[in-house]
Amino acid sequence: MRKITKYVIIDILKNKIVIGYTFLLLVLSFSVLSLEDNSAKAVLTLLNIILIMVPLVNILFASVYVYNSAEFMELMASQPLKRKQIWFSVYLGLSISLSIAFLLGVGVPVLLYAASITGYTLILVGLLLSLIFVSIAMFAVVRIRDKAKGIGMAILLWLYFALLFDGLVLFILFQFEDYPLEKAMVALSLLNPVDIGRIMVLIKTDASMLMGYTGAIFRNFFGATNGQLITSLVLLAWIIIPFWLSSIKFRKKDL
Amino acid sequence: MRILPFILCLLCLRLDAAILYAGNNKPFPNITAAVQAATFGDTIMVSPGIYHEKNLIIDKPITLMGVDFPILDGENLYEVISIKADYVRVEGFTIRRSGVSSIIDYAGIKIYNRSWVAVVNNNVEDCFFGIYVQNGTNCLVANNRLKASAKTEQQSGNGIHCWKSDKLYILLNTITGHRDGIYFEFVTHSEIRANQSFQNMRYGLHFMFSNNDAYFNNSFSNNGAGVAVMFSKGIQMTGNYFSKNQGDAAYGILLKEISDSHINHNLFKDNTTAILAEGSSRIEMKNNRFVSNGWALKIQASCMEITVNDNNFIGNSFDIGTNGSLVLNNFNNNYWDKYEGYDLNKDKIGDIPYRPVSMFSMVVERNPAAMMLFRSLISTVMDKSEKIAPSLTPENLMDNQPLMKPVAL
Repeated sequence: MRKITKYVIIDILKNKIVIGYTFLLLVLSFSVLSLEDNSAKAVLTLLNIILIMVPLVNILFASVYVYNSAEFMELMASQPLKRKQIWFSVYLGLSISLSIAFLLGVGVPVLLYAASITGYTLILVGLLLSLIFVSIAMFAVVRIRDKAKGIGMAILLWLYFALLFDGLVLFILFQFEDYPLEKAMVALSLLNPVDIGRIMVLIKTDASMLMGYTGAIFRNFFGATNGQLITSLVLLAWIIIPFWLSSIKFRKKDL
Repeated sequence: MRILPFILCLLCLRLDAAILYAGNNKPFPNITAAVQAATFGDTIMVSPGIYHEKNLIIDKPITLMGVDFPILDGENLYEVISIKADYVRVEGFTIRRSGVSSIIDYAGIKIYNRSWVAVVNNNVEDCFFGIYVQNGTNCLVANNRLKASAKTEQQSGNGIHCWKSDKLYILLNTITGHRDGIYFEFVTHSEIRANQSFQNMRYGLHFMFSNNDAYFNNSFSNNGAGVAVMFSKGIQMTGNYFSKNQGDAAYGILLKEISDSHINHNLFKDNTTAILAEGSSRIEMKNNRFVSNGWALKIQASCMEITVNDNNFIGNSFDIGTNGSLVLNNFNNNYWDKYEGYDLNKDKIGDIPYRPVSMFSMVVERNPAAMMLFRSLISTVMDKSEKIAPSLTPENLMDNQPLMKPVAL
């Protein structure tokens, strides 16, 4: 299993798209951080970029990679290896290599220019999003045999998490305007890892605004120890559950 | 040279003014006795120690001076010093534990309907009201340190409370832990300068029905609800520092029904809302700095002729919030760090107008729970599309001459 993981990592790190992704992140982070003299504002700009780019690249790259290594996986499956192990090592390889790319692209500039709690939170959020979206990609890909359909599905999922979900939330908000929705909002935000990540950084940067009534509810939840525990558990669940479901499916799949 | 003593006599009002000593092993064992013996213009020097004078009434124009801060203890029962004469000066005491009552406004030091009274350099600790000026004229309250530990608004009074007074001078005081730091009601022609008011339960400074006053170079921070200026006109607010007034109903300055006033050269930092203006008119806001606030300005549609010029808006979550589409105010020549325009003719003024009200701030104004989506992709998309074709945001609320560089302040 370790061998397969190592092989996948080396294979991906040599991949031109991943190298390009790393460079793009690096250039973006360096330019944003060095152009902006207010580091908190730079982190916010970077947050916007990360919240869009990291899920997109991770979900797309992971699904394309899994499709392209279908033959490799078939070969591995013919060896005396457990399917669970093969699937898990592919996941590990993908997430480790993409996390390395993220750490090089964003982690290094942020540590150099904006080494603060906000900066660290940003890195953590990016890392978790990488892991989550690789997991979601594998969940989507395992049940669709057709490559084009699968990639379309991945793009749709990204669109859903990045944009449609928030639109839906806004719609619900205005439909149920007359009801106190603050607590429901906290629960709703847990349904989208991108939102959790964004709020985790906001708690650190827009502190004064969040002292308002609604903000205070968020702060009391996401800022308190219990809330942080719950959010970390939810984020972990976002990593584990899609992968676990995909793993069950892969075990029974006709390759 | 024979006339020299005569001139000296003229220079000094009374050369025979005596100095009376009160305290242990002094001619007067307590202060009350010394006050009874004193006559016009005398000075009473009080030695260090703890004095239980119950309610000390000063009804003569004398100076009461503490040596090394003698302690006057009100035993949580009495008003500590009541000043009922003109030309009284109280200096250098530690005044503590006044009575607390819901019927009588007990104070550490209270001035009753008098003028030319000075309260200087005292420590006022755990008093209900700290220094209370009732119907005073030409009074000075300077360099006092007031400290209380208020737990509820009912159980605590204001630090420096002024009612129906004229020409007061409140200078260099430090006030903390009271209900309102400084409270003005029906006070006119007065000046509040260089005070520090922090961690008070309600407002750092509270103005009601007080016209033609000024406050300069004060610092108001961490107060429960910031500073409130209500139902007054002709107020000057210059060079003050408002910071960390955080909470849903906390404002750097809350302006309610204010007119003909000036807010200049202030610094607002880390407040939930730096300035909220309601029903106010003819206010000039110039050369202020708004840094890292939740909302820099919330100007309700009920305001008119507010001019916001030459200010710096830096790092605020929202620059301006409003609740309607009517705009009768002017927002020109400010520096906005969110401005994305260009300056082709290099006159340091942006070529396209800046709209400081974002679509998302209007959405939040209508539906506060939408705050959850702050800085999300959908809010950015909404803001961008709104910039191209304004529908929800007030069309006229814009800065036609946004500055490219911050105003040097």
